[in-house]
Amino acid sequence: MTSLADLQVPAETGHHPYRRLVLRRILILAGLSLLLALSVAVDVSLGPARYALGEVVATLLQPAQAEAQMRMVVWEIRMPMALMAVTVGACLSLAGAQMQTILANPLASPFTLGISAAASFGAALAMVLGVALVPTALALMVPINAFAMAMVAALLIFALSTMRGVTVETIVLLGIALVFTFNALLALLQYFASEQALAAVVFWTMGSLTKATWTKVAVTALILVIVTPLFARRAWALTAIRLGETRAAAMGVPVRRLRLETLVLVSALAAVPVSFVGTIGFIGIVGPHIARLLLGEDQRFFLPGSILAGALILSATSVLSKAILPGAVLPIGIITALVGVPFFATLIFTHGRRQW
Amino acid sequence: MVSLQLNAVEARYGRKVVYAEASTPEIAGGRLTALVGANAAGKSTLFRRIAGQLAGKGEVRFVGAGLHDLRYMPQDTGMTAALSVYESVILALKQGRGGWRMGAGELAAVDEILAGLKITALSGRPLSELSGGQRQLVSIAQTLVSRPRIVLMDEPTSALDLYRQYEVLEYLRLYAADTGSVTILALHDLNQVMRACTMTIAVAEGRIVAAGPTLETLRPELIRQLYGIEARVETCSRGCPMMIVDRAVREG
Repeated sequence: MTSLADLQVPAETGHHPYRRLVLRRILILAGLSLLLALSVAVDVSLGPARYALGEVVATLLQPAQAEAQMRMVVWEIRMPMALMAVTVGACLSLAGAQMQTILANPLASPFTLGISAAASFGAALAMVLGVALVPTALALMVPINAFAMAMVAALLIFALSTMRGVTVETIVLLGIALVFTFNALLALLQYFASEQALAAVVFWTMGSLTKATWTKVAVTALILVIVTPLFARRAWALTAIRLGETRAAAMGVPVRRLRLETLVLVSALAAVPVSFVGTIGFIGIVGPHIARLLLGEDQRFFLPGSILAGALILSATSVLSKAILPGAVLPIGIITALVGVPFFATLIFTHGRRQW
Repeated sequence: MVSLQLNAVEARYGRKVVYAEASTPEIAGGRLTALVGANAAGKSTLFRRIAGQLAGKGEVRFVGAGLHDLRYMPQDTGMTAALSVYESVILALKQGRGGWRMGAGELAAVDEILAGLKITALSGRPLSELSGGQRQLVSIAQTLVSRPRIVLMDEPTSALDLYRQYEVLEYLRLYAADTGSVTILALHDLNQVMRACTMTIAVAEGRIVAAGPTLETLRPELIRQLYGIEARVETCSRGCPMMIVDRAVREG
């Protein structure tokens, strides 16, 4: 009688192409990191006063030897903005990536689930009515209101998800309902707002990095630093869930628990940047899609890939927002969509047809 | 030796009880066991209960293995993840084990199962480009790559051509013999069951209606009860038992 061992052809081919694939992906990640570093340097060199890239790099590497005024501009004004683009882009892209993962929906992002619409409404409450949802210092009222409302939206979605028999489709539908509700509430506030307040609300909803400070950069980075390892530990389970709930459960993934945990992490990841910079809608969808096209959905690569792709897109957008009209900084939320869409469409039509 | 036995096992979805008290004799490892029954008779439910995915009273008794040695292959569904075949099998091996690095032994295990099922050539193909039959073979590879000691497979051959059906059943038979694992297959083709499976468990309407050696269990009366058809078991010219269906007796 034959046995299993007799059947087996010498295992010749399988893992060699796989090793090459892994190497290629590591190189892609390295390439993205390099581009990101370059983009940040260019970002810092641009502004009302233009500095040569070499000078900027020198100031960044050896601040002590730089001219005082340049050090001030580079380190206190431009670096926070440039790094804010990086951290916000990374957070939003990672949030979108994991939402798409757990909800099995390519359109899921912090924005399609109403988290940013809620944040906008919270911010508008502060700007139009001067209402603080949480008692706080005046300067922090807008971001804290935005964060509080974003968490309210996230909690609603979370509460629904814990109910028995709720499918991912129901969650997505509730998210869309929340988007419309908060947008309507926002419109209502705008209708009654003074001209000044209206301008502030409109500007806020366009998204802008100009109010970046080192503290905001640090808080956003901190969220990323806390959340990323938690996702990394769940890398295989999150990859497995993309094979479908039944298959994932059959592989021993606690699907419900994983989905709830991810929802909590994603909410924090989305709410913080939105409350600091306003609505920047496109990154949460596009970042993960680019990472998926370049690296596939093995979370060992997809996770860092989403972070890097989101950071790179927003950083490059920040460069463009300064370069298009010399002397002016266009709201970054507008540029993300205008520049991102054609780029994204090109990617999809060239080699993205198979996924989803 | 690994074995599995159900003692008055209840299986329910929320409050809806599907099995009230399911019991089986001891199901021994090292050979194939069939799970038969009509559509919606409760085969998948029983699998999910054994796999620990459903709640309920009663005892699922494993001897020589635990729940962590169990792999359950659900019925074929689409796989749209942006992963290659090779990656998806790695995933099946690493999920539950953890760690980001792939050891040489782990890669060898993946190579081995792909070669065993003769799908090495599919290694680099994206899951979304596979045909139904290829997807089923990949599912089988995912299920067996960690060499589980309890294997539950829901219709593992339903999308395969005749050649592959034969090959896969033969592979599974060797797998069971080689690893001594309890291997239960939900199958619809009773001729396959009679050829490949030593033991058969029959379910109908949330009850285990028969369980025992295949040829003793698959009697015409049972077939009629399970499927509503009139059938005979004859011996072919080479001495193998085979089932011939004469007519449907149940309306609709």
